[in-house]
Amino acid sequence: MEFQIIWFILWGVLWAVYFMLDGFDFGAGILQSFLGKNEAEKGMLLRTIGPVWNGNEVWLITAGGATFAAFPTTYALMFSYLYSPLLIILFSLIVRGVALEFRAKADSASWKRGWDAAIFLGSFLPALLFGVAFGNIFHGLPMDAAGYHGTLFSLLNPYGLLTGGLFVLLFIVHGALWMGIKTEGELSSRTLRVANTAWYFLLITAVAFLVYTEFATNLYANYLAAPLFLIVPLIAVLSLTGIKIFFVKGKYTAAFLASCSTIVMVTFTGVIGLYPNLIPSSIDPNYSLTIFNSSSSIYTLTIMTVVALIFVPIIIAYQIWTYRVFKHKVTADDVMEGKELY
Amino acid sequence: MDVLTLSRLQFAVTAAYHFIFVPLTLGLSIMVAYMETRYVRTNDELYLKMTKFWGKLFLINFALGVVTGITMEFQFGMNWAEYSKYVGDIFGAPLAIEATVAFFLESVFIGLWIFGWSKVSKKVHALSIWLVAIATNLSALWILLANGWMQKPVGYVLRNGRAEMVDFMAMVTNWYGWSKFFHTVLSGYVVAAFFVMGISAYHILRKNELAFFRRSFKMAALFGLVSSLLVFATGDFHAVEVAKTQPTKFAAMEVVWNTQKAAPYNLIVVPDTRDERNSVELLSIPNGLSLLAFHNPDAEVRGLKDFPKEDRPPVMPTFLSFRLMVGFGMLFMLLSFLGWIFSRKDRLKSRTLFLKIMLYSLPLPYIAAQLGWIVAEVGRQPWIVYGLLRTSDAVSKSIDTIQVVASLVGFTLVYGLLAIVDIYLLTKNAKKGPDNDLSSIMKQART
Repeated sequence: MEFQIIWFILWGVLWAVYFMLDGFDFGAGILQSFLGKNEAEKGMLLRTIGPVWNGNEVWLITAGGATFAAFPTTYALMFSYLYSPLLIILFSLIVRGVALEFRAKADSASWKRGWDAAIFLGSFLPALLFGVAFGNIFHGLPMDAAGYHGTLFSLLNPYGLLTGGLFVLLFIVHGALWMGIKTEGELSSRTLRVANTAWYFLLITAVAFLVYTEFATNLYANYLAAPLFLIVPLIAVLSLTGIKIFFVKGKYTAAFLASCSTIVMVTFTGVIGLYPNLIPSSIDPNYSLTIFNSSSSIYTLTIMTVVALIFVPIIIAYQIWTYRVFKHKVTADDVMEGKELY
Repeated sequence: MDVLTLSRLQFAVTAAYHFIFVPLTLGLSIMVAYMETRYVRTNDELYLKMTKFWGKLFLINFALGVVTGITMEFQFGMNWAEYSKYVGDIFGAPLAIEATVAFFLESVFIGLWIFGWSKVSKKVHALSIWLVAIATNLSALWILLANGWMQKPVGYVLRNGRAEMVDFMAMVTNWYGWSKFFHTVLSGYVVAAFFVMGISAYHILRKNELAFFRRSFKMAALFGLVSSLLVFATGDFHAVEVAKTQPTKFAAMEVVWNTQKAAPYNLIVVPDTRDERNSVELLSIPNGLSLLAFHNPDAEVRGLKDFPKEDRPPVMPTFLSFRLMVGFGMLFMLLSFLGWIFSRKDRLKSRTLFLKIMLYSLPLPYIAAQLGWIVAEVGRQPWIVYGLLRTSDAVSKSIDTIQVVASLVGFTLVYGLLAIVDIYLLTKNAKKGPDNDLSSIMKQART
């Protein structure tokens, strides 16, 4: 297989895993201050993501780094064309990261309220804007020989916003399920109820997205050419349904895993549809950025493949191990014990 | 101002800000890991208290180091798209490897360290902070190999309208990057040593928790002494590397206008950049500069006038930053030597003047580290990749002034606010001193 294709798949994997992992952090960040009735509950909800969010976020850094190393032209143009939305994502992630670490480091109520707002915005805005960015990438960006012809506001087109809404709802369901299985008692059932309600909104948005995609993008062309790949969107739909089925049966961990699968498969539904483009041009296909015209040299791709083959399995192994260390449910005692930390 | 100037300013602001937090992380992670190891080995509760107290300050600082690092990765694409296109084939690799090899390790195990007190054994817990310490230093290595490549590009050919990597090992073994790595991480250790000594001095002056802060001070003094000696040594061999590969930078650092053999070193220099000469040169050491530059008293040192004006870096900032940095470096050796002597014989308590000096010296290594980066980056100008690509050709073409003004203002505001919060939290927790409720600490540390 050609190295470009290997890196295209890896590029998709990095984004998919990033959304799957940081997705529930975003969901938790969006919901925590609404779901927690008092400081102790908020503390517990945040504690569910406390030990893991840092490691989850690195998948984004790696996705960015991999884009730079494997497809430098795409990295350069994507980041400079999408300057303003990326800047907002960047500020949001900075604020979220600091808020999660600093919130518990002083006791006053206004201090905590301020950081709660920061956690909400720092979670909601990236969730929305990653969706908007990917919606626009699926649709294609207005670029030709003269460069880029879009603005921040042209990105906020109906399809971009719909994809943004889809991402927000995916992450809300995902985060609510995560917090639900990591907490106990009334707090847990309250959180799970939110997941259930949000799921209906997610279903409607997902259907709208699948239909609108036919009109707004070329994603389905690849599936017509190679129908075998339809298995990916099919699994996405089954997983989305699975969330509800498992939920009704009271199997919340299974529902969360179905939500993981939904996010990964939705991402790959888009990625497969993009091939061989990384960013299609919406005005002149000759200026689409493909994995072939924007990639690094074969030499660099070979080196990076070796690095990835060695280290990605190691990373996955120790990351799974730390998830197992923190597999227990978060209790009020946990929060009291490490009061200073979270 | 145009997009180029604004983008340069923004990169300078965000990089300098990022490097307020990085050096302390580099050094303090090692010190905290050592403290916790001593606790595991000796079961001495004082070491546990030290781990907790310094660990908390470490974490407050660590959070900002991480989040401001993301900005750096994004910015190459956002503001320097032409650069990224031109050199991404070779420059992207070390950045991606840094994320894969180092940043993951650091971020996963910091979570384990913060929340794992009662979840894993004492040994595994201590191991997790060692992994964080190793990972941060490894992270610095890959970033400095990337920066080393910008200073001394190796292992590439110009092909398909860009620089393409042909020899990965040449980049990985680029001595410029390695010597810079040693010099930089060691300077971070000095920052951490002075941080710990400064805060300890504050408490010792107030006769507060004497045993705790004497032990902290003593440990930091030794760490600072060894590190500041090594910073000086590595600075020396790094300067040789600069003289060999970046003659314009070296000439600006030492304001050498005319090429000369057996060049003397002038202790006091007042440059006159308009007339391209030095108006004052005093206290000359014969052959000194040739010896410094090439470890050879008769070597030829090239002067700025050998190069066209458009290829020379700004002289004054490079020269002044370098001189000040070297002066600070000497001061750090002296102060940590005195600290080591006083703390060894347990005479710290009575040395109130020295303790006051150490308290107010806390920011100095930070300043020295910033000055070092000014020498490295301003001294490389007008090149973004020395001799290969000019900074003015590297800036993104698709962004406009309004966008960059907005982002620069945004960074200044957000970073300014975070700095206030960070200083508030650090001061509050540093002044409070260690937590003495050992029962709560012990409950957390599973035996």
